[in-house]
Amino acid sequence: MSSSGLRRLKGRLAYGLGLLCVLVAIVPLASILFEVVKNGISAIGIEFLTSPPGVFDKPGGGIATAIQGTLILVGLTCLIGIPIGLLSGVFLAEFGNNRFGRTIRFLNDVLTEFPSIVIGILAYSILVVSIGSYSAIAGAVALSIIMLPIVTRTTEESIKIVPSSIRDAAMALGIRRWRATLSVVLTTARSGVITGILLSVSRIAGETAPLLLTVLGTQFFFSGLNQPLDALPLRIYRNASLPYTFARQQGWGAALVLIILVLGLNVGVRLATRGRYSTGRSRM
Amino acid sequence: MIRTELTKRNSTRRRLSQWFTERLAHISADDIFELSTTTLACLVILVLVAAFIVLLRGSLPVLTRFGLGFVTGISWNPVPGIETFGAQPYVLGTLVTSAIAVGIGVPISLGIAIFLSEMAPGFISNPLSRVIELLAAVPSIVYGLWGLLVFSVWVRDWVETPISTYLGSIPVFKGTPFGLDILTAGLILSIMIIPTVSSISKEVMTAVPSSQREAAYSIGATKWEVVRMGVLSYSRSGIFGAAILGLGRAIGETIAVTMVIGNAVGPGAVPTSLLQPGQTMASLIASEFNGADPGSLHISALIGVGLVLFAFALIINVFAQLMVRKVLRVKGGAVE
Repeated sequence: MSSSGLRRLKGRLAYGLGLLCVLVAIVPLASILFEVVKNGISAIGIEFLTSPPGVFDKPGGGIATAIQGTLILVGLTCLIGIPIGLLSGVFLAEFGNNRFGRTIRFLNDVLTEFPSIVIGILAYSILVVSIGSYSAIAGAVALSIIMLPIVTRTTEESIKIVPSSIRDAAMALGIRRWRATLSVVLTTARSGVITGILLSVSRIAGETAPLLLTVLGTQFFFSGLNQPLDALPLRIYRNASLPYTFARQQGWGAALVLIILVLGLNVGVRLATRGRYSTGRSRM
Repeated sequence: MIRTELTKRNSTRRRLSQWFTERLAHISADDIFELSTTTLACLVILVLVAAFIVLLRGSLPVLTRFGLGFVTGISWNPVPGIETFGAQPYVLGTLVTSAIAVGIGVPISLGIAIFLSEMAPGFISNPLSRVIELLAAVPSIVYGLWGLLVFSVWVRDWVETPISTYLGSIPVFKGTPFGLDILTAGLILSIMIIPTVSSISKEVMTAVPSSQREAAYSIGATKWEVVRMGVLSYSRSGIFGAAILGLGRAIGETIAVTMVIGNAVGPGAVPTSLLQPGQTMASLIASEFNGADPGSLHISALIGVGLVLFAFALIINVFAQLMVRKVLRVKGGAVE
């Protein structure tokens, strides 16, 4: 009797500990969201969102250059990363059921978890050195290398859950395999594919380390693909290390804008699909 | 002589083009499709190989000058003419912060995974899982900002001051509580690895066949005993893989660590105490790269540190992926 009581007590203790672990993880999240909103909301205004940075120790100026830079980077990255990621995903789903495919899938998973600063060094050594300047395009290439494995994996998984009857029906009409894959199978899998793309966008929009080594950051608006570019994460990083209260406040404001962008995408996608699609073991 | 040479060459060319047209007639659009997707998929290999080559080439100057001393040395002086570069403090700093992260983050993640996948009913665990996943969606720069301006102050007042008061005589806790040090970096990393480790552990536990649980229930086990005997022992190696993946994340994490670790350089960066500024490999690269002259030995040294980081990350990630994969493929079936 006492033994069974002890066992039940242990069970209850385990339940309590589990719940405690969940709470321990939620507290930092709540604190981050609370602080970002509390400190950031007072920085946000029309001038803050529409003007370039001012002098750091005095009020005035904003983060328009950073917002523009981040949007440009995300756009360029999508242009490079999505087509490649999509077709790599198609390869894994269609032709990847062999030794070679498994190797690619494996390396893809390894690349997903790779330190982004190393990818920054790669883009620096190849593009920044050959162009001779920190540049927007180097940043976009670095970010698309980070985006690539995520898009590849989610595309593969969304294609795999398309019922084979749909493909069979397309093939029965006499369409070529490539056409059937691109027009029918990929179209059927599109919401999963789009989910993966949006999640990868929400990840690259917040990347900082590779940007330090590629686009550097600037006070000015976009002035060419081979020129340095500002970005929200860089603006937050630089402002946070300045000793001025006002600069820090602007840092919080930029963080609020970034987090609205990133979490908005993330939560929006998850609500829209409601877990219909597995997003793989990406870092989301 | 020349003429025969020319006719010979012409006929070779004709034969070659004939061979091509014949072959091309057999190549269908599907072949091109397969070939092009295969080529694009191979980019992954290209990226990893290119990264290795670029890092090796970039760090050659520093490696030829200092040899093995680059990995074992502790001094760091980028002044031209009297440069010395030793990466040992940063390797150690990376290992210590990651060890703290794994030591604190993994048990918590495991508790979360067990609670969410085995204990809590669906209407509680589903929304909570979503919330935990949001931790992964927060960009690391926001962790950094919060860590620098909020968390470090909290750690200083509530963790480090008591530690320093009561345990200050122990060498590991020596130093003034300042908030921006190795302990804070380790703690923030432990928060950042929670979503990775908990979601993969959860996945691994879900892949355990229900017959395992039923067997444990049938001999009258309580819920916790079912988890311990049926689930945990079965998914051990996958959970181990998840922990290693968390380690990989902690080792590569850059910007948040850079902002809270205090950025010590040289002999002072050797992690002898937790309450002392330190530096990891990634944070060293992030904090010094923009200040280094292009083409200088300093850049080469930073790329050399990147090479060491690359090696660490590759070994850890390959190992972890193999562990997780084995469990999910052999025992899961439905998952992979």
